[in-house]
Amino acid sequence: MRIQAEHLSYVYNEKSPFAARALNDVTLTVEEGEFFGIIGHTGSGKSTFIQHLNGLIRIPSSLKKRKKYKSDTVLRVGDFDLASPKTDFRALRRSVGMVFQYPEYQLFAETVFDDVAFGYKNFAAEKPRKEELEDAVRSAIEMVGLDYAAVNDLSPFDLSGGQKRRAAIAGVIVTKPEVLVLDEPAAGLDPLGKQEIMQLLHRIHREWCKTVIIVSHDMDEISENCTRAAVFSEGTVKYVLPPAELFVHTDELRELGLDIPLTAKICEALRRRGIEISCDFTADDLVRKLLARREGIC
Amino acid sequence: MLKDVSFGQYYPVDSFVHRLDPRLKIVFLIAYIVALFVASNFYGLAVCAAVLLFAIICSHVPFGKVFRAVKGVLFLVIFTAVLNIFFYNGDAVYWNAPAVLWEWHFLRVTQAGIVFSVFLVIRLVLLVTCSSMLTYTTTPVSLTDGIESLLTPLKWIRFPVHELALIMSIALRFIPILMDETERIMNAQKARGAMLDSGGLGKRIKAVIPVIMPLLLSALRRADELGDAMDARCYMGGKTRTKYKKLTFTWRDLIVFLLLAAMIAGVVVLRIYLGAPL
Repeated sequence: MRIQAEHLSYVYNEKSPFAARALNDVTLTVEEGEFFGIIGHTGSGKSTFIQHLNGLIRIPSSLKKRKKYKSDTVLRVGDFDLASPKTDFRALRRSVGMVFQYPEYQLFAETVFDDVAFGYKNFAAEKPRKEELEDAVRSAIEMVGLDYAAVNDLSPFDLSGGQKRRAAIAGVIVTKPEVLVLDEPAAGLDPLGKQEIMQLLHRIHREWCKTVIIVSHDMDEISENCTRAAVFSEGTVKYVLPPAELFVHTDELRELGLDIPLTAKICEALRRRGIEISCDFTADDLVRKLLARREGIC
Repeated sequence: MLKDVSFGQYYPVDSFVHRLDPRLKIVFLIAYIVALFVASNFYGLAVCAAVLLFAIICSHVPFGKVFRAVKGVLFLVIFTAVLNIFFYNGDAVYWNAPAVLWEWHFLRVTQAGIVFSVFLVIRLVLLVTCSSMLTYTTTPVSLTDGIESLLTPLKWIRFPVHELALIMSIALRFIPILMDETERIMNAQKARGAMLDSGGLGKRIKAVIPVIMPLLLSALRRADELGDAMDARCYMGGKTRTKYKKLTFTWRDLIVFLLLAAMIAGVVVLRIYLGAPL
């Protein structure tokens, strides 16, 4: 499903001293099949934006309110028109899975099986048959790399940190959403855990969810994994570029208070010494080009 | 959505009222409530209302905000009024022959009943408004500071005043955090298709479990972490601790104190001279 936002604005707590403009005229398109990254400081509006995608935050539908917003606001996810109040939000949420930050804090059921089944049961039109439910839960748990036979009867609170996160992700992808949105999926994990989660996301992207959107602070994560990335700052979108073109703007990104990937830092340091290397800022590509260069010199 | 809960919310502007000593504001509220009950006629209430109106204007809190607090207890106010209209028949001493306006079995509406219920409604509204003014103009932290300071005499009978104040301030401090957390968890479960606001009573109670469980766990986790953090900084409680913000009594407080004294004197005088309720 293609995601298309035009002139999207949002203000929290309007008409109070706490009023805060979270989104200001955001225009952004995510094509089907992308592994899309969203970068931005805390409070840059990225969380508000992704919450729009499955209707957790809605565009005010009454005419009176809409006048104040730009009337040309467009927000479409596939065939769903989110600016219209008639949208079937349940169907939308079924097609757009949302994994929040630290998803392990949403676990609640007595067993991992029940927790993963929660979403499936909620979205099913009628009560699913036992085998059907078991099938769906089993494949979701196996998809996230957990051993179904070993964990399905355990309490989710007995799992380790990384396993809890996997179980929570299984609870979202169990309905096989077409779009999967993840807020900081690797936050708080050790480097190996981070890598494993990213590999897991690529697998989900390949096999189940056509479009994956991740929000991240970690620029290495973005440069290694994403097809394109959007940079949010103060409620607006500054750049939407593939990582290879984005991380050329080192100074601008630093000005926005953002870091750059390690690979970009290395390239920058080399450039200062007069060695020009152009790479797409993935570690593999940089290493290959550096090696080629050394062979050329020696 | 949850943030719309208005009762007991600080309204962050700078004003004369905001800068008053919290101890004075607490004493003011108590004295004001007493005055409301001492007032025996509409003139007395008018004096109280005038003082409160003046305080609201000085505090820069918008009227709409103030009345939202009243809206919260609207049911109670209406309930009291209706009950009194139908069941209060006037005090024999002041109303020799209560003028009955309408009667049906045991229900009887008299002129005294109507006047009295109006009186009660005004008293209740003033009471709620004044209490919410205290929380609108005082941060939770200075409120507990004030309470701690006012309760200091109880230390003589070994009452753990400092600990009580600490518990209060921690509880108050965590309300917004837990509210945010609730909202986050609700969003996460809604994204998984939880229907939190539809269905019958049984369904709704069941629908609460996916929110309550994680919330409870996270509250316990936070309590644990806070305890560790306090331990790590060698928190030992009361006695030798000093305050970051010392409470001081200034000329502003003196003015308000005099105003309060004048108001109470006025209410007492009106009660003695005009006596009769209404």
